[in-house]
Amino acid sequence: MKNMKDRNLIFTILKYAIVLALTISMLIPFLWMISASFKTNMEVFSFPIQWIPETFHFENYSNIWEISDYPKMFFNTVKLTVIITILQIITSTLAAYAFSKIVFPERNLLFLLYLATMMVPYQVVMIPQFSIIRKMGLSNTHLALILIQAFTPMGVFLIKQFFDGIPNELIEAARIDGLNEFGIYRKIMLPLSKSAMVSLAILTITATWNDFLAPLIYISDSKLYTIQLGLRNLCSEYTTEYGQIMAASVMSVIPIFVVYCLFQRFFEEGMISGAVKG
Amino acid sequence: MSKTNTKKKKSAAIIRRNRRKAYLFLMPNFIGFIVFTLIPVAMALFYSFTNYDGNRRMDFLGLSNFLKLFHDSSFTISLRNTIVYTIGTVPLIILFSLLVSVLMNNGIKGASVYRAIMLFPHIASIVAVTVVWQFLYNAKSGPINQILRSIGVSNPPSWLSDEKTALIAVMIMIVWKGIGYYMIIYLAGLKGIPADQYEAATMDGANTWEKLIYVTVPNLRPVTFYATIMCIINSFQVFTPIYVMTKGGPGRATSVLVLKIYEDAFVNYKFGYASAEAMILFLLILIVTLIQFYHNKKLEA
Repeated sequence: MKNMKDRNLIFTILKYAIVLALTISMLIPFLWMISASFKTNMEVFSFPIQWIPETFHFENYSNIWEISDYPKMFFNTVKLTVIITILQIITSTLAAYAFSKIVFPERNLLFLLYLATMMVPYQVVMIPQFSIIRKMGLSNTHLALILIQAFTPMGVFLIKQFFDGIPNELIEAARIDGLNEFGIYRKIMLPLSKSAMVSLAILTITATWNDFLAPLIYISDSKLYTIQLGLRNLCSEYTTEYGQIMAASVMSVIPIFVVYCLFQRFFEEGMISGAVKG
Repeated sequence: MSKTNTKKKKSAAIIRRNRRKAYLFLMPNFIGFIVFTLIPVAMALFYSFTNYDGNRRMDFLGLSNFLKLFHDSSFTISLRNTIVYTIGTVPLIILFSLLVSVLMNNGIKGASVYRAIMLFPHIASIVAVTVVWQFLYNAKSGPINQILRSIGVSNPPSWLSDEKTALIAVMIMIVWKGIGYYMIIYLAGLKGIPADQYEAATMDGANTWEKLIYVTVPNLRPVTFYATIMCIINSFQVFTPIYVMTKGGPGRATSVLVLKIYEDAFVNYKFGYASAEAMILFLLILIVTLIQFYHNKKLEA
């Protein structure tokens, strides 16, 4: 019996040791980044690591704020994220309603088409997409990024899954009561699927905020830079300004960190519902 | 006879009406979907058989792009690196996330805090994370090598600037970044295991370890399968961390498939050739997806 107790104790200690070690290793690069962002270039790599700098060099932040035109990049990224997310939610819920609640002959075929293209990775369509956008005269515009990201089949699929769970009897009853289709969509379906919409919104927000490849392909004018693109260009321009680059990195992570703290539960739910799509 | 006729007419009218309604709802998304997804998919396949340069030239070449690919050493190296990267990262990510989710599910104080912290690397922008790791890996004065030296490693690796270690360095960062996400998926899967199975195992005298091996792991098999497939597909598509960290270097040591596609398409303007490379990527992903599809079918049957 005592042996068993010992074993349990060892297991408990081991359990906490592993989890804590992993948690700390996840945290350390971020702590190092924050600490370095307040240091001079000389201090950044001094060893042993001084986690709390002797003096806080806030000028790293103000300098990078000016040379990178951070407010502009921030505004660009927020603008793109908000527009893409709103468009994604509106068009996905509308399409999902048709796929889930209106019976028409080619419904399954069309939906299968959506499903099939979900397997195709972005890297396969990016080249023809670029040609199309260029022919439309939209390269080097934000509209290009909006158009290619606002109508993904993934959003339709996610919402349709949720709509399928809402009983058809409810819809039939509303039709008999004289509500038209748009009324049903707006007054019944949308209020019932808030959680699915939040999940989709979170997935879209993180994807858009962190997107790098699409802005890299389309945006060449520095006035139109997103935060990710701007950060990457700062790093290649000011390679030795270690403190300032870290300050820029901190600033690029903060907004998504704030959203994450506020909506942590939804992040997890969004990821899980995004995951079961297979 | 006339009765069935009117019935038919009526149902045809209903179909027409429903179809009109359906397309009204579909339209906003459907137009975007056709123009920016469906047509590009078809065009990508078409491009891959041509020498399209993004401008005027577009001759049909048949299979010659594809034949050329496998004699193009920068392509074969990128393909090999992608496979090495996948084989090196996927098992570690899956193993670590399984381990940590099982432990977290085993009654740990403050689990929600650890969980939130571990998921954060997945959510934080890959560019920022990569920039930080680039500093950490700095060969001369980065903290990783400083620590290695201080514990007596006299000649620590040069990480990103050494052909032998550059890819490994990227892989370590990706494992670090990926664990949290798959942990969340495992935790959702763990919640779905019926409690009575554990009760039955306890009655049979099973200890914690035995319960893990005989109850938890078998029940998680579908989750593990799904997570592995997703992780493989994501690994095939890796681009941003490589582009930011090494741009494929030193030499071609960290060049991966998508980096090669990107360079050929948007630096060298070889749209046709790059599309052929993209088709190989698609083929790889298709194979993995089909494996998953048939596996699921078998489970359902």
